[in-house]
Amino acid sequence: MEFQVPTINILLIAPAAIVAGWGVLLMLIELFISDEAQEQWRQIVPGLALVGLALAFIQTVGLWGYDGGTFILADGHPMIVVDNFATFLNIIFLLTGALTIFISVDFLRRTGLERPEFYMLMLFSISGMMLMGMANDLILVFLALELLSIPLYIMSGLAWPRTDSEESAMKYFLLGAFSSGFLVYGIALTYGATGTTQLPGVMAGIANGGSLALAGAALLLVGFAFKVAAVPFHMWTPDVYQGAPTAVTAFMSVGAKVGGFAAMLRILIIALPGLGDVWAPALAVLSALTLIVGNVVALVQPNIKRMLAYSSIAHAGYILIAVASAPASPDGVSAALFYMFAYLFSNMGAFAVVIAIERKTNEGVMLDDYKGLAKRHLGLALAMAFFMLSLTGVPPTGGFSGKFFVFKAAIEANLIWLTIVGVITSAISGYYYLRVVYTMFMQDGDGEVAAPEALKWTVGFAVLVTAVLGFIPGPWFDIARQAALQGMQMVAGG
Amino acid sequence: MIPLSWYLLVAAALFSIGLYGVLARRNAVAILMGVELMLNAVNINLVAFWRYGRFPEQPVGLAWAVFVLTVAAAEAAVGLALIISIYRHRDSVVAEEMDTLKN
Repeated sequence: MEFQVPTINILLIAPAAIVAGWGVLLMLIELFISDEAQEQWRQIVPGLALVGLALAFIQTVGLWGYDGGTFILADGHPMIVVDNFATFLNIIFLLTGALTIFISVDFLRRTGLERPEFYMLMLFSISGMMLMGMANDLILVFLALELLSIPLYIMSGLAWPRTDSEESAMKYFLLGAFSSGFLVYGIALTYGATGTTQLPGVMAGIANGGSLALAGAALLLVGFAFKVAAVPFHMWTPDVYQGAPTAVTAFMSVGAKVGGFAAMLRILIIALPGLGDVWAPALAVLSALTLIVGNVVALVQPNIKRMLAYSSIAHAGYILIAVASAPASPDGVSAALFYMFAYLFSNMGAFAVVIAIERKTNEGVMLDDYKGLAKRHLGLALAMAFFMLSLTGVPPTGGFSGKFFVFKAAIEANLIWLTIVGVITSAISGYYYLRVVYTMFMQDGDGEVAAPEALKWTVGFAVLVTAVLGFIPGPWFDIARQAALQGMQMVAGG
Repeated sequence: MIPLSWYLLVAAALFSIGLYGVLARRNAVAILMGVELMLNAVNINLVAFWRYGRFPEQPVGLAWAVFVLTVAAAEAAVGLALIISIYRHRDSVVAEEMDTLKN
C-alpha cells in the first residue's frame, strides 16, 4: 500500500479555493480585531466578502471553454473536473452569493443580526456548492455536500435566540444529516458494486454491479431528493424556509437547490447513464409528485416565505422534468441549466422584495403585509409582480423561457404525460403567484418599506436579467447548451 | 475467512437501527445518535468493500472511512451546539415540541 501524491493544477481549483480561503482569511482576521474596531469591521465585512467572490468570479469566467481536470490520481483520472458545466454552475453560485450579500447587508443591520460570521459561513457554503459541480469522485461529492450543508445549518440559526430560527436550524440539521446518511450509504454501495469511486470508473463498472449497484443508485437519488426538496422528501423545506432569517432563506433556496442538482446531474449523466432506463422513469414520477404537491399546497399559504418555500419545491419539480428527460433528449441538461439560471434571478428578486417588506425578523412576511404596496412603493410592487409572472411562467420572462425549454426537452424525450402535468400545475401556480400581485395593487394597506440603494439595484438587475432571458433566450440557451454538451461528451468518451 | 456478505448484513442492520432511531426517538440527542449509527454502518461497508474489493492495494475505502468519521464529528459539533442552544431557552430537546413553525 503506498500513497501517491496526485497531480494538482492550482489554477483549476482556484475558484473554489479562493472562496473557501477567503472565508478562512476573514475568520482569522476577525480574531485580531479589537473590541473598539468591531463596529468598523462589521461595516466592511460584506464588502470584503464581495471582493473574494469577485476574485473567484474573474478566475471562473477565465476558465470558460476549458476542459480538463486536476487532482489527477495515479490511474489518470481527475478528482476535480473543470468543464463548461462546472464553470456555468460556478457562475450561478457566485452570483447567488453576491446577490445575497447585496440584499442582506441592510436587512441584517436592521434586524440586529449583523454578525460577520454570516458572510464567512456563506463563503464556505459557496465553496461547497462549487465543488458539487466540479466533483468527479463520489468521495468529493460527499465532502462537498457537507461543506455546502453544515454552514447552512448554522446560518439558519443565525437569529438565535429566536425560537423560530433555532427550530429551523434544528430541523434542517436533523433532516440534512439524516439525508446525507442515505447519500453516503448509497455511495458506499456504489463503491462496493463497482470497486471505484471515480465517476467514469463507476460508469464502466455499473453494468456488472447487479442489485448492489441498483440499491446504491436508489439511495443516492433519495439523498439528492432530500437536498433539492423533491416530494416526498420535502417535509423540512417549508419549516426551514419560514424560520430561517430571510436572507438565509434566499441564499439556500437557490444555492442549496442548484448545488444538489449540480452533483445529481453529473452523477446521473456521467456515472450512471447505464441505469438511465431505471432512474429516468423514477425521476419522472418524483417530478410529477413534486409538481402537484408543491403547487397545490402553496395555494393555501398565508405566509409569503412559506409560500415561496412550496414554490421552490415546485420549481425543483420542473428542473426534475429536465433531468428525467436527459437520457432521451439532447437538450435535457441544458434545459435544466437554463432553468436554474432563470430561477436564480426570479427567486432572488422575489426574496429581495420580501426582505424590503419585512420589518423585524419574521414580522411582515404575511400576504396581508403586501396590501397596497403599489401605492407605498410602486417600483418594488412592479418588480415583485414581474418576478411573480416569471415564477408562474408567463411570457416574456426568464421563467417562461425556462419552462419552454424544459417542456421541449420533455416532449423530445416522449414524456408527454409529464409535460401535461407540468403545464397544468403551472396554471395552478398562477393562482398563488398572481394573488400576491392582486394584493399589492388592488387592496389598501400601509407599512414601512425598507429599500436601500443596494437592494434597489439588486432588484433592478434581477428584473433586467429576467427580462433579457424572456425576450432573447436564444443566445443564453446556446451558452447553457455549450455547458451541457461537454458533460454529455464525457459520457461518450468514457 | 468470513464472507463479505456477513459484514454487509451487519452494516445493513446497523443502518436500519440508526434509521429506526431517527424515526422513532423523540429526543434530538437520540436522533443525532441514530444518524451517527447510520454513518458508522457506512464505515463498516466501506472498509469491508475495500478489504474484499478488486483493488485492495488502493486504500480508497480506508481513506474514505476517515473522511466519513471527520464529517460525522463536524456534524455532531454543529448539531450538539444547536441542541444546547435550544435547550437553554426551552428546557427541552424533544423534537415534537418544536412545532412553532406551521401555517
